[in-house]
Amino acid sequence: MTKRYSKELTNLKEMVLRMGGLAETMTHRAVQALVDRKREILAEVVEMEQQVDRLHIDIDEIALGMIALRQPTATDLRFITAAMKINTDLERIGDQAINIVEKAEELLAVPMVKPLIDIPRMAGIAEEMLKAALDAFVQGDVESAYRTIEKDDAVDQLKDQVFRELLTFMMADASTIARSMDLILVSRHLERIADHATNICEDVIFMVKGKDVRHQ
Amino acid sequence: MENAIAINHLSAWFGENQVLNEITMDIRRNSVTSVMGPSGCGKSTFIRCLNRMHDLTPGFRMAGEILFDGRNIITDRIDPVLLRRKVGMVFQQPNPFPRMSVFDNVAVGLRFNGSMKSRADIAEVVERSLRMAAIWDELKDHLDRPGSSLSGGQQQRLCIARALAVKPEVLLMDEPCSALDPVSTAKIEELIEDLGDRYTIVVVTHNMQQAARISDFVAFFLMGVLVEMDKSAKIFTNPSDKRTEEYITGRFG
Repeated sequence: MTKRYSKELTNLKEMVLRMGGLAETMTHRAVQALVDRKREILAEVVEMEQQVDRLHIDIDEIALGMIALRQPTATDLRFITAAMKINTDLERIGDQAINIVEKAEELLAVPMVKPLIDIPRMAGIAEEMLKAALDAFVQGDVESAYRTIEKDDAVDQLKDQVFRELLTFMMADASTIARSMDLILVSRHLERIADHATNICEDVIFMVKGKDVRHQ
Repeated sequence: MENAIAINHLSAWFGENQVLNEITMDIRRNSVTSVMGPSGCGKSTFIRCLNRMHDLTPGFRMAGEILFDGRNIITDRIDPVLLRRKVGMVFQQPNPFPRMSVFDNVAVGLRFNGSMKSRADIAEVVERSLRMAAIWDELKDHLDRPGSSLSGGQQQRLCIARALAVKPEVLLMDEPCSALDPVSTAKIEELIEDLGDRYTIVVVTHNMQQAARISDFVAFFLMGVLVEMDKSAKIFTNPSDKRTEEYITGRFG
């Protein structure tokens, strides 16, 4: 392997990590704005999405060029294709964070239905999963990837819990429906973020072991 | 400044047989340009035009412009020896002077052109050239060995050092790896990538994977015609011409 090729591989990894860091921060800040009722944070998240979109395009372009010019094989091939797939997941996470921002804008204009408890917990687990998924990607840590995938169930359960609880509010008082629906959608976006983190873990397992664990 | 060589409407004939047809392209300074194409497409003829290697071939003639240092090397009165000092060449078969030592192989150009007098000056250039050719560490204790005693890959890097010793601006390489094993090939390829930052390099290769790996630009030749020239990434991900696409995807050629 030439020095330049090895530098290109490192560079690709760093770009994915930078994008992952942005997606993680976007998720965190979007939920923080909602929980702490700080509208000014929302603009910051929107600004970060532009960087994520830029990286989305750049990573695919670089990875495609490397496949065409370096003819990667084995580990390198699995790494580059994993980087491309993770790239797509991270971009979707950025989109979900923007969806949360949009709901937060509406929710911050009206009083809260109830204090937020489960949504920050969901966000905490989803962020943890994303961080662990990216660490597993950097270190090729399959064990950590497997452990992270298992956390997805907890996020799914919290989403159902949020739904059941808000359902009682909506049945009791129809004026809370719009606000409750927004919160249900926020929980849905967080659940999707955890799903994308799960996908990343599955890509890491394939990258390291060459074993496809999706849809099992 | 951007381009080291500008080629305009270059045509070439061996007797009645036209082998290059109106080639127009620029060769970017301090970058690696690969000339790729199937056998008989004119790629070797093309790079040999760039330092007038065909001068003594009976029946050969060329027309058009090859602008280098502001002069048309086809028509202007240019001393081919001086031209070749600036536009060096590395061939397919490593061709060190077999009886000369490693040291003398690299020093020979300097001694011929009389640009250096003292042994110390020459020794310095020899070391620098061998280092640039990434072979100093292997040969520094064997400078007195004959060139022919080296492995094929070492011989080829020695030839590259010999070409670099006279401080060329352009380095032409005609299938520099096709006589070498994969390990030596990888070393030469890495060397070409590294040298590409400081020299203008034109490599002829029929190995398109090699063209993809080492070059910044690729020119695709077919039957004496330049089909397409572009950045390597463009050529290998989305070529503009259908013939290039067919060649790189293995659908013909």
